[in-house]
Formats: sequence, structure tokens, C-alpha cells
Amino acid sequence: MSEKAPVIVKDSCTGCGSCVPACPFGAITIEAGRAVIGDACRVCSACADACPSGAIKIVKAEVSDLSSWRGVLVFAEQHGSIIHPVAYELLGKGRELADRLSEPLYAVILGKDVKPKAQELVARGADRVYVYDDPSLESFRDDPYTDVLAGACREKRPSIFLIGATSIGRSLGPRVAARLKTGLTADCTGLDIDPETKLLRQTRPAYGGNIMATIITPNSRPQMATVRYKVMNEAKPEPGRKGEIVEKPVNRKAITDRISIVNFEPAKDQVSITDADIVVSGGKGLGEAKGFELIRGLAGVLGGAVGASRPTVDEGWIEYRHQVGLSGRTVRPKLYIACGISGSVQHQAGMRTSDIIIAINKDKEAPICRISSLAAVGDLYEVVPRLIEKIKEHKSRD
Amino acid sequence: MGTGLNIVVCIKQVPETTEVEFDEATGRLKREGVAAVINPFDEFAIEAGLRLKEKYGGVVRALSMGPPMAEQALRDAIAMGADEGWLATDRVFGGADTWATSLTLALCVEKMGPFDIVICGLKTTDGDTGQTGPEMAEHLGVPHVCYVNEIGEVKEGKVRLRRNLDDGVETLEAPLPLIITVSKDINQPRLATLRGRLAAKKAEIKKMTNQELGKDPKELGLEGSFTRVVKIFTPPPPVGGEVIEGNPDELAEAIFQRLREEKVI
Repeated sequence: MSEKAPVIVKDSCTGCGSCVPACPFGAITIEAGRAVIGDACRVCSACADACPSGAIKIVKAEVSDLSSWRGVLVFAEQHGSIIHPVAYELLGKGRELADRLSEPLYAVILGKDVKPKAQELVARGADRVYVYDDPSLESFRDDPYTDVLAGACREKRPSIFLIGATSIGRSLGPRVAARLKTGLTADCTGLDIDPETKLLRQTRPAYGGNIMATIITPNSRPQMATVRYKVMNEAKPEPGRKGEIVEKPVNRKAITDRISIVNFEPAKDQVSITDADIVVSGGKGLGEAKGFELIRGLAGVLGGAVGASRPTVDEGWIEYRHQVGLSGRTVRPKLYIACGISGSVQHQAGMRTSDIIIAINKDKEAPICRISSLAAVGDLYEVVPRLIEKIKEHKSRD
Repeated sequence: MGTGLNIVVCIKQVPETTEVEFDEATGRLKREGVAAVINPFDEFAIEAGLRLKEKYGGVVRALSMGPPMAEQALRDAIAMGADEGWLATDRVFGGADTWATSLTLALCVEKMGPFDIVICGLKTTDGDTGQTGPEMAEHLGVPHVCYVNEIGEVKEGKVRLRRNLDDGVETLEAPLPLIITVSKDINQPRLATLRGRLAAKKAEIKKMTNQELGKDPKELGLEGSFTRVVKIFTPPPPVGGEVIEGNPDELAEAIFQRLREEKVI
């Protein structure tokens, strides 16, 4: 690496090799009796901690003027003036982070006729809500939303800015972060404050959920994260809670808007799997597309939604929007029933926080059985029809 | 579009499996012996680019950033039908987060000449962020559309696009040039042909170092990154409950009783 490298190996290096296994990224080799830091280095300073002779030095960039950025800002996504529940989860987590920092919690909402919604955000914990209410912001488009949010951040200078990792948030977040020249951590499942540095510690899955990484944004502001839906706890409303509601002007002339929406077809089934209290999912163990008839039957008697594991979607047995897991939706229902699903790490990432998990699987060694509240080892084609009958019978007695 | 479309497809070389092994004691990822492939999501982007070229003419350039070995991913893209392979490779690009990666790729796209459309996969299987495409759009000052599952007609400098959002399907009209990320349901990526493989073998991969980009190295790679990974770990082990065996009737009864206990029914 050049002399500008953020990690420097001093001449006092003895080539002992203690740093090599300490490096989580496998970036260090010993060449000619001396540690060499390779390109995979992420400046995590594990090597410096491991070095017995203090020969590794971490050169960190100077921290400048970051203290003028204060407060936690939450983006309140809305559709047709209905606030997306992920915003309440962000307020729940945001309140916790703000309290730990002794800083205020802000929310920002954009749209048309959204002002009446601001009080709901106050009730859920926001100390101040910035409202950008304008017909030009009625439906989401990356261009105008980026202009407004980047402008709001530059003006209000929050130290943390959280966005829900919805389809909108995952498109909008990177655009805003790039505009503000700051870091963005995708799809976080854990957020807390480092007690010493007061930095936001952002934890997220990588490699399909096989590893977790904790990430910081040390030298730029705001510290931005998109946050996975259905992972954080929703802030409960506190009627009568007081907060400030600030209406902000929208300067339409200063806003770019290059892409136009020609048409929008709302999804057909109204019960989305992310909002359902009960989800009944089918996996590869169904054997064929028709197997989902049985899953629909059980979901039907329980009043739940139908979920699916990725292999069934890949096989074309069911549409993608039913997919539960890392590359599908995260669900957090009161009850999750997994039928013929082995429970890969990727699938677990999308459902393991469900209150009750019941598995029906032929293989008692399947990973799903290890995370289930109740795992029934058997053939789903024999168990599920009997279960449906029992529930129907029970209902007819009531 | 008399001269056809200038299409750039961004691809990344990733480990073939996400089942990365990880030594809990040392906290180190074991990468030895894991084969490297084109990020599976990027194959849909390559296919989308090839279909656009087949319809409107033009050129498909595959672009990647990575170590010299990433050249193979570009050859694989050429084997599928891409016309050119461009590799941004320089030690100062290493260790980049999505900001620094998107900046480097954007500089490369500018260097490669005028473009009509840049196509990226939805995300990569290693980093799982999906941020590089939209961040590139910001660097290049062009609009972007994520999750595209259908590319419609390109006419008079505009393109019709369809995409799946959480609550429905949206049809958009966007001006060129622009960046899109495509979802897995956009197409079925083709396999490389024998002829393609031969072409790929002979193709010259164009290398770009920071010499060509001329950027202050402080703004690139690890040094130019705003985020830092401070810890990696394996997810906590799951907590299990009761595992029951028996005949189908007993199993159904046990589940039924549990549903009643939990007041589901």
C-alpha cells in the first residue's frame, strides 16, 4: 500500500505473525519477516490490538466539526397519506438511540395532505416533525424525494438518519447518502450507540445471512442506515404527547423530477405477508406447485397469509411476493407455521423473530426444528389435512 | 437511435457460495478454495443488456471493479455475448465501501465514453446491499430506477420501465441516459455458447487503473470509504423448543392443542 495507507507497519515489526490470524479479513501476510497489510484491510484495528510489540499503527482521519450534527432523524414513509408501519419501528429504535445520546428525535414526512399525520409521529415519540406537504410530492419518485431529504439533512444536521429498508427506502437511501457524501449501511437488523465514541453501531447480515457485520460511519454525517422492516419494536402511541410540528416550504422550481409514473397497479391480495398475524409457509417438501393448495387451506382456516421458501419461488410454484427470507420479505407474525421447509440461514433470517414457530417436517435434524417452539416430525401431507379438520371441527362447535 | 444503444453492464465477481466458513476463535473468514463466479444477480443485468442490443443495435460493455482475477468474470460476460470487458483494477480501489465503489465505477463509465443506459443487478450475494447502482446514478448525475422487471420500448430518448414495489406494480417513463437495477424476474439469462467462449478466450480485457481515472487516491478505496467494518461474527445459535414424533393423528392433535394454548383458535 502507499504511504497514505490507513494502517502502517513500523520497523519494530518482528514478523512474529500474531496479527495474521487476528485479521478478520485475511488481509495480512508475513513477507520477508515483516507484516504486510493487503487490499482486503478494512481498518478494523484488530491487528494493532493483537501486535505484541506495538508495531502496527492505525492512522485515522481527523474528525472535524462533527459535533454540530445532533439528533436522530427518521424518514416516515407514507403511501396515500397512510404511514408505513416501518416508520413506527424506526421511531421506537430512534427514541432509544436519541435518549442514549441525550439528543432529540425528529421525523420527516413528505407527501400530499400529510400534515394531519404529523401528530401520529409525535404520539409515537418524535420531538419534532418536519412536514413537506406539496402536491408534487404525492407519490414517491427518487428525484424530488432525494432533493427534499438531502436539503432537510443539510439544514437540520442530524447525527443519525434512519430510513426503512422497504423497496422505496432501498432506492432512496443510497441516492440521499451519495448526495450528502456520507456512509450508508444497508438493511440493518441491529442498531446501538457505542458507549465510548457515541458512534452508531450498525449491525447487518452479509453473505446471505451467514455472517453478521457491525459497521460504523466515523467521519461523515449523518450516519445513515436503512433498517429492515419487522425487526425493531414499534413505538407505541402515547395519546396527547406533545411535540413540535414544523411545516416546511417546498420550492418546486428547485426540485428535479426526471421520471414520470405512467401507471400503478396495486397488488391484488390485500393481506400482505409482512402485515399478517399468522403466516403459513410451504417449502420444497411440498414436492409440487399443487402442494400450495394445502398451505392455502391451512392459512384459510386460521385466517393467515401464505408464505413460501425461496426454492419454491425459484421453481415457479408460487409468486415472489410470498417469499420469506433474506432475499424475500421478513415477517414477524404471532404464529409462523413452516410446512416442509428445512430452514436455511437465509429463510431463518426472514422469520426467526416470529412469536411462535411451528414446524412440520419429515426430517427431525432439519435446522427449522431447532428454532421452532414446536416441531412435529412427520409427513405434512398426512398431518396438515388432519390439522385442518380439527380446526374446522372446533370452529363449528363454537 | 440510428447508431444503436451504448449499454454498460456492471458486474462483480463473488465467491460461488455464501456458506462462507468462519473461524470463531480468530474471527477470520476462510476464503481459500472457494471458487469465484459472476454475481448471480448480475447475469440478469447482462441478459437485459444483450436483449436491448438485439432489439436496438449498439454495444454492450461489461464493467467490473476488482483484483486482476476478476478478469474471468468479464470473460464470462463476453462468453454470454457482451462485446467488451473493462476492469477497474488498482490497489487504491481496494477495500471500498459502496460509496467508494460507486464513485470508482462512475468515473470508469465516464472514461468509457457516452452511454445510454447502465444496467446493474439487484444486489450482490456477498455484500447484499443493492446500493451501488443508485449511488452511481448520483455520481453520474443521471436518474435511476431500481427493481426493473420489464424494459419496454426505447423511443425518442426515453424508455418505458416496469417494476415491482412492495404494494404493487409501477410503470415509469424515464429519459436516457439512466441507470437501472434489474430484478430476477426480468428474464432468463442465456448460457454461454461455444463460440462465445472462444471469443472470450481471445478478447482483450481493457484495464483501468487510477492513472486513467486521475482521482485523488484519498477519495477511493478504503481511504475514500465513509463506513468501517468494526466486527464480524456468526449469527447467534437458534433456540429450539419441543420436537415431537408420533403418528399423523397425534402430531395434528399436538399442534391443535398448542394453537389452543396460544389462543390462536
